[in-house]
Amino acid sequence: MAKPTTPKPRRRAGAAVIECEIVVIGGGMVGTTLASALGGAGFEVCVIDREDPAAALEAGFDGRVSAIALGSQRMLAALDLWPGMAPHAEPILDIRVSDGESAMFLHFDHADIGDRPFGHIVENRVTRRALNRHLTASDSVRLMAPMTVVGLERERGGVEATLGDGAKVRAALAIAADGRHSPVRRDAGIATTEWSYPQTAIVCTVAHERPHHGAAQERFLPAGPFAILPMTDDGAVGHRSSIVWTERAGLVPALLALGDGEFTGQLAARFGDHLGALEVVGPRFSYPLALMHAERYIGHRLALIGDAAHAIHPIAGQGLNLGLRDVAALAEVLVDARRLGLDIGHGSVLERYQRWRRFDNVVLAAATDGLNRLFSNDVLPIRIARDLGLAAINRIAPAKRFFMRHAMGVLGELPRLVRGEPL
Amino acid sequence: MREDTSGDRLSDSVDAGEIARFAALAEEWWEPKGKFRPLHALNPTRLAFIRQRLVSHYGRDGNQPRPFEGLSLLDVGCGGGLLTEPMARLGAGVLGIDAGAEAIRVAGAHAKESGLAIDYRCLTAEALAAEGHRFDAVLNMEVVEHVADLDAFLSASCTLLKPGGAMVVATLNRTAKAYALAIVGAEYVLGWLPPGTHDWRKFVTPSELTARLAKNGVKVTETTGVIYNPLSDRWSLGRDLGVNYMAFAIKEG
Repeated sequence: MAKPTTPKPRRRAGAAVIECEIVVIGGGMVGTTLASALGGAGFEVCVIDREDPAAALEAGFDGRVSAIALGSQRMLAALDLWPGMAPHAEPILDIRVSDGESAMFLHFDHADIGDRPFGHIVENRVTRRALNRHLTASDSVRLMAPMTVVGLERERGGVEATLGDGAKVRAALAIAADGRHSPVRRDAGIATTEWSYPQTAIVCTVAHERPHHGAAQERFLPAGPFAILPMTDDGAVGHRSSIVWTERAGLVPALLALGDGEFTGQLAARFGDHLGALEVVGPRFSYPLALMHAERYIGHRLALIGDAAHAIHPIAGQGLNLGLRDVAALAEVLVDARRLGLDIGHGSVLERYQRWRRFDNVVLAAATDGLNRLFSNDVLPIRIARDLGLAAINRIAPAKRFFMRHAMGVLGELPRLVRGEPL
Repeated sequence: MREDTSGDRLSDSVDAGEIARFAALAEEWWEPKGKFRPLHALNPTRLAFIRQRLVSHYGRDGNQPRPFEGLSLLDVGCGGGLLTEPMARLGAGVLGIDAGAEAIRVAGAHAKESGLAIDYRCLTAEALAAEGHRFDAVLNMEVVEHVADLDAFLSASCTLLKPGGAMVVATLNRTAKAYALAIVGAEYVLGWLPPGTHDWRKFVTPSELTARLAKNGVKVTETTGVIYNPLSDRWSLGRDLGVNYMAFAIKEG
């Protein structure tokens, strides 16, 4: 696409009115990736986020890691974000899925489908840092943070966001990237379907004696999935993995309140001793689990992306990947519309985005919900059936490849960015 | 918005009350799921063709956001401005004409809201040609099948073109298939268009169109079918000229 030809959106002298083409509300990973993609394609973009960007980069802000699927990695590479992340990304070479105490397990080896890793485990703060650098250097994206949005008027000819300091941002289109509890979505009257799980995810980092050799493990314990995700080695603590420990919600406060020794003991009982001695490093985080899907992804001059549109169970590690797919599809739809001279905020343009993304997201939300229900269960016949199912999938190469490719985000009608192509 | 630089010429002559009244009507034209949904659905396919052919004819850089900068363009039968506005966004200096006074007011009100400087006039191609105006490009999209006197209309359209200028025509072929799909299908079965929108006898075959334009010194260099896929609800270009088709033509000189 064309190089940016217009100056970075700026305040007009004397009037607190900022004119741009697209205003992104919410500066998390998904919102800023979209801003980065659109800015690179020459759109004038304003991103408004309530958090201080410096605070969001600290380790205590978000202790989570994300599984970056192959499709997402290609996309981040096409946006020139991946080089900054790659040194801190641990390739997943091996995925082992096991069912509690049972000996049966499903084993995915990346060598079965070529020589590429399944994906990479990257700390969210690494991704945030790469995005932040990108936006700071961009000529066409203006990041306004910390800053609140106190009002959003969506008129026939455009939108106007009123900010906490009284300034106004005018654009042709507003994007809601303001998370699962999206105030923009709520104010637009877009209903959601929600299920909450009686489960909470405990997230922490453990240092372990022996290397993980790029293996990710997912254990379906009676209380829910327990995932061990391989992280890069750290100079100070050595070999590391990230833990996503799903537990009955009622037990979690007590677990979080345990002293380091006892907590590590509880964790080790689930983790096992295959990587040697364990030590919990850094803070413990907890996230209640809930599935949410917006009934529409678009409104008048409005599009929802990422968690504002859909929040799925983290069982398959697909949340960020789905958000990045939204980004790739929406950026492509907007770039194509502008190429044709169409109004980028028009319903006929936004409808293409909605049709493209809703189907994909519904399928994955249903699949992960089903997986969780199936596996968070200790009824014997169900256990036997799923053990046989895992063993069967394990033996049928085409079925395995299908699941693997889906998890890698390389199936379906792919946006150009997900294929690693420029916008 | 970037486009909102020069004054909107139409607004000078229209009072605010009128703008408000026609803005409401404009909503109907521009509502993606409303009465004009078929045109909105068709628009990307028509626009891609127009853009690509004009960029190549005038040797423009297709990667520029406003590749039509400096070109004068006439949109004949512009209606509510569904094609006219994209042409202005792509940089062309645009005049939209339509015989319907209401459509012209609707188009003017909507352009103002969109912050686009577009000239709209309630006028026929024949009358405009008589005024002596000439353009780099003329769009005749979904118009020729509606005019009373095809010869007079095409002759005026060709006169309006500068030597070396380009014309894009989109219309319906006079075939049994077009009767079945465009009249029985679109008007009666799908209810896309009000019954009576089209009169099959007025449809024009590609060879008739080519011959009539040639008589006026305008040579058709390309024809392409415009095909609807009811399963995906998408339009695309293709070889079958049997129903909807477009032609690209260049004036001698």
